[in-house]
Amino acid sequence: MQTSKLAQSGFRTESKPEQNHSTSSDVTHLQAQHIQAWFGHFHAIKDVSIDIHRHKVTAFIGPSGCGKTTLLRCFNRMHELVPSARVEGQIIFDGVNIYDRSIDPVEVRRRIGMVFQKPNPFPTMSIYDNAVAGLRLSGIRQRRKLDEIAERTLHRAALWEEVKDKLHQSSGASLSGGQQQWLCIARTLALNPEIVLMDEPCSALDPMATAKIEDLITELKEDYTVVIVTHNMQQAARVSDFTAFMYLGELIEFGTTKKIFETPDKRETEDYITGKFG
Amino acid sequence: MIVVMAQESWPVFQQFGLKFIYGTDWQPVQSDQHKPEFSALPFIYGTLVSSIIALVIAIPLSLGTAIFLAEWAPSKLRALVAYFIELLAAIPSVVYGLWAIFFLVPWLRSTVMPFLASTLGFLPIFQPPIVGFSLFTAGVILAIMSLPYITAVAREVLLAVPNSQREAMLALGATRWECIRKAVLPYGRSGIVGAIILGWGRAQGETMAVTMVIGNSHYIKASLFQPGYTMASVIANEINEATYALYAQSLITIGLLLFAVSFIVNGIARYLIIKTSPLGRGGANE
Repeated sequence: MQTSKLAQSGFRTESKPEQNHSTSSDVTHLQAQHIQAWFGHFHAIKDVSIDIHRHKVTAFIGPSGCGKTTLLRCFNRMHELVPSARVEGQIIFDGVNIYDRSIDPVEVRRRIGMVFQKPNPFPTMSIYDNAVAGLRLSGIRQRRKLDEIAERTLHRAALWEEVKDKLHQSSGASLSGGQQQWLCIARTLALNPEIVLMDEPCSALDPMATAKIEDLITELKEDYTVVIVTHNMQQAARVSDFTAFMYLGELIEFGTTKKIFETPDKRETEDYITGKFG
Repeated sequence: MIVVMAQESWPVFQQFGLKFIYGTDWQPVQSDQHKPEFSALPFIYGTLVSSIIALVIAIPLSLGTAIFLAEWAPSKLRALVAYFIELLAAIPSVVYGLWAIFFLVPWLRSTVMPFLASTLGFLPIFQPPIVGFSLFTAGVILAIMSLPYITAVAREVLLAVPNSQREAMLALGATRWECIRKAVLPYGRSGIVGAIILGWGRAQGETMAVTMVIGNSHYIKASLFQPGYTMASVIANEINEATYALYAQSLITIGLLLFAVSFIVNGIARYLIIKTSPLGRGGANE
């Protein structure tokens, strides 16, 4: 039922998503082709095409309402969950258009994880249950395996030492804001996705917690492809390898972070970077 | 109100003691040879049993409807169904009673009750003989009457669950239904239980429609297909016939007990929720 209206671009491919990506030498991990997105009659994304590079951090910057979050949500088919939302175009992920009719969005979301702007742990679940929620959804039941992955991902998210004594007793909502966000990151990493999408993951956090998450992002790119949306240009400059500047639903400029911040080609990009608007 | 009722109840407890609560005799006839007996157990039993039957039927239907309305239905259908459900709440209970007498009683007696008796008849509660005006029929009409309340409150609770919870679960690769079961319902848990308790309270207190279909019998029978009586309906039915003080006072005492029973039942229900919730609290309170 979820696939119905969206994947009608006419494009069809017989191949199924492949489970193993590490053997591929292809540098492009995710390729958006002529993506257009709407909320009702509002045209939020206007014909955006972009290549997301494997094992790199790509940052999307731009003023509020420029469509960067919407585009991010197109990457794992979350956009279509909003009533009246609509997407056109193709997103090629490992050689397959994820908007193809034969593709189950549930599978896409399992392989392309997402961290949200506001930490959203499940308050009725313990810290442990939060961390393994995605694994349980994918059918893993063995206690030992769940324990092992929970410990590993909580370590990875720099949360293990702080929560190891109250894993089963405390609710995910009992943690501080920063810890909640790490828990949400751990929850996403537990599924071992190929791409991690982050929608302004630090905007609700204090500078200390922000710095820690930025360090984590830099570590993550060894194993994952990371796409991050941020308001904060310094953050984009610090953590990303590539930067895309969006304005009014269009992709204005895309290139290495160094180039975008030092010698942008477009006038709008330079104005935004130097703080003349936005 | 409680004070007045307690005052009126005093002589009853003086006369019968606690036997008024656990005794099963209700013999209001007063004559030279015959001393009247009053006790409340058949009515307490009838109230609890009929309201529990109502819940057993109403909970799945109303939660299913609430989930459908809050999570699945397109907005036009949502408004239409919500309107009809609110309409159900607006029908006077005497009209429900009349409808039950002319439609529900014959229908249950000729189809549903024989079916249950033939398939589950080995259970004492579904044993024949079958009587149309029975505890079972009262439970069914109470289910229909409490359905709009449970549905409306549960729907509000589900709509109040933040979207970020749904998105979090969906982003982990949950299907629509897994998302409802693992994120939405646990989050709204305490509110949903509140909705059920509200419906239960209504089923316990409902008078008119029940009086019209329950058969008004003072005896406790194991089978649900036998007539019974509830606390509310015995008060409404017999207060006009209460020709002497002790009779009227006994009915008032039943009113007091109805109050106490609802109170205790709600208390137990709330205690159970707190006891059984995974981390000692429901999500909606946070």
